Amino acid sequence: MNTLLVIATILVLALIGFVLGRRRIIRQAEGVYSRLHSLPTYHGHFVALWCAVPALVLLAVWVPLEPKLAMSAALSHFQDDIGIAANLESIKTSTLALLLQVPKDATTIELDALRSDQLDLLRTEIRNMADGTASTGHAAFMEEVASVYAGFRDISTILMVAACVAVAGLGAGVAYSRVRPEMRARNRVETAVRWFMILCSTVAILTTLGIVLSLLFESMRFFARVPITEFLFGLHWSPQMAIRADQVGSTGGFGAVPLFAGTMLISAIAMCVAVPVGLLSAIYMAEYADSRVRAVIKPCLEVLAGIPTVVYGFFAALTVAPLFRQWGESIGLDVSSESALAAGMVMGIMIIPFVSSLSDDVITAVPQAMREGSYGLGATRSETIRRVVLPAALPGIVGGVLLAVSRAIGETMIVVMAAGLAANLTVNPLQAVTTVTVQIVTLLVGDQEFDSPKTLAAFALGLVLFVMTLLLNIIALHVVRKYREQYE
Amino acid sequence: MTYQQPHTEASVSYPETTAGSPLVAGGVKVAARDANVHYADKHAIKDVTLDIAPHEVTAFIGPSGCGKSTFLRCLNRMNDTIDICRVTGDIRLDGEDIYDRKVDVVQLRARVGMVFQKPNPFPKSIYENVAYGPRIHGLVSHKDELDAVVHGSLERAGLLNEVQDRLESPGTGLSGGQQQRLCIARAIAVSPEVILMDEPCSALDPIATAKIEELIDELRQNYTIVIVTHSMQQAARVSQRTAFFHLGNLVEMGDTETIFTNPEHKLTQGYITGRFG
Repeated sequence: MNTLLVIATILVLALIGFVLGRRRIIRQAEGVYSRLHSLPTYHGHFVALWCAVPALVLLAVWVPLEPKLAMSAALSHFQDDIGIAANLESIKTSTLALLLQVPKDATTIELDALRSDQLDLLRTEIRNMADGTASTGHAAFMEEVASVYAGFRDISTILMVAACVAVAGLGAGVAYSRVRPEMRARNRVETAVRWFMILCSTVAILTTLGIVLSLLFESMRFFARVPITEFLFGLHWSPQMAIRADQVGSTGGFGAVPLFAGTMLISAIAMCVAVPVGLLSAIYMAEYADSRVRAVIKPCLEVLAGIPTVVYGFFAALTVAPLFRQWGESIGLDVSSESALAAGMVMGIMIIPFVSSLSDDVITAVPQAMREGSYGLGATRSETIRRVVLPAALPGIVGGVLLAVSRAIGETMIVVMAAGLAANLTVNPLQAVTTVTVQIVTLLVGDQEFDSPKTLAAFALGLVLFVMTLLLNIIALHVVRKYREQYE
Repeated sequence: MTYQQPHTEASVSYPETTAGSPLVAGGVKVAARDANVHYADKHAIKDVTLDIAPHEVTAFIGPSGCGKSTFLRCLNRMNDTIDICRVTGDIRLDGEDIYDRKVDVVQLRARVGMVFQKPNPFPKSIYENVAYGPRIHGLVSHKDELDAVVHGSLERAGLLNEVQDRLESPGTGLSGGQQQRLCIARAIAVSPEVILMDEPCSALDPIATAKIEELIDELRQNYTIVIVTHSMQQAARVSQRTAFFHLGNLVEMGDTETIFTNPEHKLTQGYITGRFG
């Protein structure tokens, strides 16, 4: 709360700095703007940036550091005074003694000797008591320690507000005094903005890197228990492991091949629906439909993209799957009520807008001159589309299809609801299969310990899924680069 | 030879069965009578009546927006691709009404080829660009024949020497002038009778322009050529007859020499001497 207030104060100061800086340069210009190197706004931004940036950086360092320093002050107070008999006694009579496992005859408590979870407990206790929320102990000595913590933080907050405002004011003052007509304010502001943009892109890159690394490390923990060859090439998937020795049945099998086969089957069915329907409707919209028809159809298709996947999910599970089952029975086929066909079809319908809207964009982007060139030679519309427009639009279409494939592989909700849980290794679309995403969900839902192979398997599955889509993208890029017909 | 202001001829009607009395000596390839074009509410071409003689180069000149390109595109029905465009009147190719229901626009365009303002080779190899037309019209039955057509067309477009060792490289990799000659080769590969050229040199440098002009002069032996141009020098250099358009009207048409030395109409004189436009 305090931090938000400080940020607001800094921003208000920056705004004032902007107005003052701008006013100062306007006064200095004396109405002759050509004397200025930069427009007045840039001078305003210059002052505002010098006001806000250093102060915000200071705040960003201070805020995470402050509780740490306060805690170490409180803990050293604890260590210093725990030797005093009355203090120790007050802890021994509280529940805290049980949690910290303090022996009856202890004369002191050595913080260094505590286990890390016990130390965490102590820290939480101090924090809770300082905040006045629930505590386990109510030992008199702990209240003293907590008050050290709280006192430190109070002082620190006051200091922080003062320091931030001072830095903001100082920065603004220095920048304000440097506002001169010949000052290159525009260049400086633009440099600052450029650095800000670099920072933003770095955040995105680092996040990706972080996710990949965490996947990698957790997967390595998994592969330490289950051999990687068994995971990648094993045909038996049954991740339920015996927790106690006397449990029966669950041996734990981590062969992921059935999962990937299931994912591929469902994605393939989805693409069989989405690519023809999406592409042909895109061609119709871009090349044949007149503008009125287009104005109706295009939004309709885009509504499909707006339907939540959970709705598709129960549509698949409750409407489509039973329908297929009925049809199958009527012609004497044995269709599972969780058939890959139903999940794949509904997923394909979900993906149609991806394919159609991206393809539509690239087809429309093919220059009209190409079409006229073809018509001018006496080509019909369909010849023009097949031989000129589609080849020119191919890279974009392939890109759109690939995006759809990775969407299909990663899609979760529909398959969780409509596909099965049993890891069957089959290519028969009428049977139930399971997918990687479904298994990740079932592995992690509910109370789990996070160091059993069962939960760690989720990371390994995630990693392989990630590598798979990455490879798919790389291959696609190559294909596109090789076969593209560049029209500019 | 000159025409009066076209709208005074608006009442003249032509029998359905003939192309009307020729307005030029030595045969008529394309004849237009009272052609009108509307873009939605805009009246872009007003009662244009003219004849185009075979094996001649006819130039359409006039200030921007005067309708010369629009009229050119009527001659192979390229305006059909524009939804809001409506063409009325009578335009005949060898005496046959090209806007008749029975006429197949695909065949019409095979007979009346077109070269555009901006070179627009397909994003395919040089060979495939030229082979495109013969292939879609099924003019050739096997590979050797197609090779012969492609080589012959490139030859006649004066491009063969420059590209014969790289026929498989993309047509878009050629220079602007080469691309435009490739487009001409592509057009003549389907053996059209008439070639329409819509400012074919406006995107080219003077050297490339000179080559194209030379080529146009050679092509005249075998084809009837109609060229829209902004350059009056070009019209004077390449054409035998010139038509001057202004605000959708055909103001004057006649021998190029006459138009440029002794125009009938004040507007024509103003335009060719550079007083407006």
